[in-house]
Amino acid sequence: MKLYTNKFYYGDYGESKHGAADISSPQTNKQEWPLWEIFIRSRQGLDHKHVGSLHAVDAAMAIENARDVYTRRMEGISIWAVESKHIHASNPDDAANLYEPSNDKVYRHPTFYNLPDAIKHM
Amino acid sequence: MKHLTDYILHLADNALIMGQRNAEWCGHGPILEQDIALTNISLDLIGQSRYLYQYAAELAGNNATEDSLAYLRTEREFKNCLLTEQPNGDWGQTILKQFLFSTYQLYLFEWLQQYQDERLKAIAAKALKEVTYHVRWSSEWVIRLGDGTEESKQRMLNAIDALWMYTGEMFIPSESEMALQIPLDRIYKQWDAKTKAVLNEATLLIPEKVFMQKGGKSGVHTEYLGYILTEMQYMQRTYPDSEW
Repeated sequence: MKLYTNKFYYGDYGESKHGAADISSPQTNKQEWPLWEIFIRSRQGLDHKHVGSLHAVDAAMAIENARDVYTRRMEGISIWAVESKHIHASNPDDAANLYEPSNDKVYRHPTFYNLPDAIKHM
Repeated sequence: MKHLTDYILHLADNALIMGQRNAEWCGHGPILEQDIALTNISLDLIGQSRYLYQYAAELAGNNATEDSLAYLRTEREFKNCLLTEQPNGDWGQTILKQFLFSTYQLYLFEWLQQYQDERLKAIAAKALKEVTYHVRWSSEWVIRLGDGTEESKQRMLNAIDALWMYTGEMFIPSESEMALQIPLDRIYKQWDAKTKAVLNEATLLIPEKVFMQKGGKSGVHTEYLGYILTEMQYMQRTYPDSEW
């Protein structure tokens, strides 16, 4: 069994010169189990929501750990586990060019429509 | 009626002592996630013992309560199997103990679901869902460690050496089990098949010709139970009837 797998964080720019997606960077602590992101669906018909992360050696253990850590108070009926290294995150340094251009494009927002009074819940 | 009360107490004591032992791991688990997993199991077991003690208290009368049964009986009055009171040892030994015990609970409760006593039937049905998970969780760990590294395998072998002699007692019927016709031979066959399958997958051998220890069901315990009770009953005995 492969106990010692590399550990990755997504989004932890600033700590690694190469960015979190760089899987070739030397690992600091080989004793650590890999990190998994856990998504839980609380009811039929709802989406799986990210609830947090945990450590596990493989997918089966990740699901069981998620069951023990995140569904103790009847939070869920379905669990997804994704190894954190498979999640690619946008770089916060790019925030200016990724998100700001939409700030001044108010015409993209549906705020110019007059809703009839009969329609609630919009 | 005495037999039913005794038997319920036996089941309750099994669950309580097992739960108390697992609770010793609280804050000491190898990693946070497994610490939580084991204490969850501990709470499941203590929950089972509460249902059983409540029922036993009603049957016993004499102002018995779940608390008086758990906290005010002495070592010789406890009827739990010797396996449940064995020390936790390392993680491997704790896991193996849980696996051997939960597998026994699994087939026992499956059978008790059809039992003639409505209350016991309901308790077994509720506990069965928890126990099914305990078996899944512990058997996966037995396989991981047995079929893992050289060290983890050696630890599992040590655990088998330490615990196997206490497995036989679960299937040796006590007076009350005989009176209630609990089919321990049948449960043993299921337990044996499951244990063999899992240990086989874990590349661990089941020892043969082990002399089986017994006595727990009739109140003759190993040296360990006294220490457990001392710690567990301390508050009630020092401050009688205290509540929180």
